[in-house]
Parts: sequence; structure tokens; C-alpha cells
Amino acid sequence: MSTSLALHSYLGLVLVGFLPSEIWRWLGVLLGRSLDEDSEIVLWVRAVATALVAGVIARIVLFPPGGLAGVPLEIRLGAIGCGLAAFFLLRRSPFGGLIVGEAALVIGAIAAGR
Amino acid sequence: MSTPLQSNPPQPATRAFLSGIMAAWTSVFALVLAGSYVGIGALAHEFGFSVGWMVASTLLVWAAPAQVILVSTLGAGAALIEVALAITLSAVRLLPMVMALLPLLRTERTRQRELILPAHFTAISMWVESLRLLPQVPRENRIAWCNGIGAGFMGVACAASAAGYYLAGGLPLPLAAMLLFLTPMSFLVSVVRNSRLVVDRLAFGLGFVVGPLLTWGKVDLALMWTGLIGGSAAYAASRLYSARKRRPP
Repeated sequence: MSTSLALHSYLGLVLVGFLPSEIWRWLGVLLGRSLDEDSEIVLWVRAVATALVAGVIARIVLFPPGGLAGVPLEIRLGAIGCGLAAFFLLRRSPFGGLIVGEAALVIGAIAAGR
Repeated sequence: MSTPLQSNPPQPATRAFLSGIMAAWTSVFALVLAGSYVGIGALAHEFGFSVGWMVASTLLVWAAPAQVILVSTLGAGAALIEVALAITLSAVRLLPMVMALLPLLRTERTRQRELILPAHFTAISMWVESLRLLPQVPRENRIAWCNGIGAGFMGVACAASAAGYYLAGGLPLPLAAMLLFLTPMSFLVSVVRNSRLVVDRLAFGLGFVVGPLLTWGKVDLALMWTGLIGGSAAYAASRLYSARKRRPP
């Protein structure tokens, strides 16, 4: 049961959450010089981080936790599609995309009778 | 605002700290942060964390994408090494952000350890607003001001994550599902909006497909590979694309 102990422990938070992210901030203080935000290495690092976060987002939509799992998969994917379509139709408004996506999810969930 | 910026006289550090807090609370980013942290707080509730743990993760990790990874992987019982690798890959981008911020804060008398706290507060919201507003702050006050804006944003995020946590536990299903949907929907539109470059959009699209595939295939360290494969492929494709565009047809 060591995993489930670590799950809620603050030690786990420090070891796998705090240290792996904070190390880069400390390195930034130590190195101290400026790095071009458009340099090749920064572009690659950003692409890796973006793909990773996208993977996590996809997993939340496809294998959702708790309450979201009560909404059928077609409705979750449909809501993502509606939000994205609204974002482009509403002149690239992130707020518009978010509202329409959320509304589609709730309406779909109610219509599905869950 | 149009007066010469360097002419602002230095203030006591406490005043500078407070004006940093005010800058956070009057920024549009406070609203964006509140929305995303309500969603992350709701996720933490569904994945079985305590509210104290959730708030502590905001204080310690202070990067929304890393926290989404932390909550959803630890909560799903992923191996600790996989979580640590995914977090560190997602957080490398803090390095160039800190490096770009610090030259604005340093004076000849600044000691390294005074920069630890502003570096810890560095996250996308604080960073964008600091780069925008710091030129108006007298150099002697900038560290205190940065700590203020960081603390202000962090306070909003802590309150929002606690609120999301309790709401997820108390709301009926369609509304609780809505809170949990905040994270994927808002990340999706904000990445599509913020990606100035083809490489970012490509990376997001590839990660969205590769991530679930590797998870289905039960690949070890699936998230790390999602980042490395999706990100590197996107980077390579955009290099190829721009090289071809430069050549005459």
C-alpha cells in the first residue's frame, strides 16, 4: 500500500510535484543570463511541454474521473468539438469557446438522462 | 502612465509589495486563474485528494499544467517516477521564463537568495504581467513588487481551488461534470489561441492523439513519451515545413 500512502502524503507532493518543477526555477536563478524566447531549444522544449499537456487533457476527456465519467463519451467529445467550433466562429474568443463547450456538455448530459 | 517611467520615486518595500498585490487583483489574469483553478480543485476532489493537499500543491508547484498532470496521474495511481518525469518535462519552460524576468529585478546590490522567491512565483500569469508592468516600477522596489503580484495571483488561485474542490463535492451531476470539464475545455481553447506558431498547434494535436494511444497500449512512462514523441515530431515537421517554404517552388 505504499503507493496509496504516497498518494495523499505531502512528501509525495514535494518529491514528485515540487522538486521536479522548482529545479528549473532554481536553475534560472543560477544561470542568470537571458535566453532568447524564440531560440530553437526553447521552441522544442515548449513543443514537448505542449504535447505532454495535450496528452493529459485527452486522457481526462477519454478516461475521466468521478462525475465527468457519468457523461457518455460521445457527449464529452461532442462538447469539445462544439467548444472548438465556437472558438473559431466567435472570432477566436477563448471565453466564447469555453462557454459553448460547457453548455454543450450540460445540455448533452441532461438529454442523455444522467 | 505617459510620464517618464524612471521618474517614479522608490517606495518602502511594504508599499511596493501591496501595489504588486493590487496589480494582480486588477489584472484580467486573476479571472483566468480563478476559472482554471476552480477546475483543478474540482479534479483534485474527484481524484480523492484532500483540500489541504490541493492548496499546498498550488503553493508549492504553482504551475497549472504541472498541477493538472500531478492530480490526474497521482490520482490514477501512476508510478511516482512517471509522474516526476512528466512534471519536470512540463516545467522546463519555467527556466527561460525565469531567465527573462531576473535581469529586470537585479540591482548591483541584489543577492542571489532574494531572487529565489520571485523565481518561485514565476508562472505564466505573473510573468506576462510582470514583463508588462515592471518598467513602471522603480528598480529598487521590483523584487518586493514581484513578490506582491505573485502572492496576489497565488491567493486567488488558492481560494479558487478550494472553492472548486467543495463545489465538486456538493453539486448535482451535470454541474459537477461542468466543473471537471473546465480544465480540458479551457486548456484546449487557450492553447489554440496562444499558439502563435505552427509548432505549438501541431504539438497539441499530436499529444492529444499520441497520449491516449500510448495509454491504451499500456506503454511504460506513457506521458513522458507523449511529450517527447509528440513534441519532437511537431518540432521536426515545422522545421521541415519552414525550410521548404524558404526554397523557391
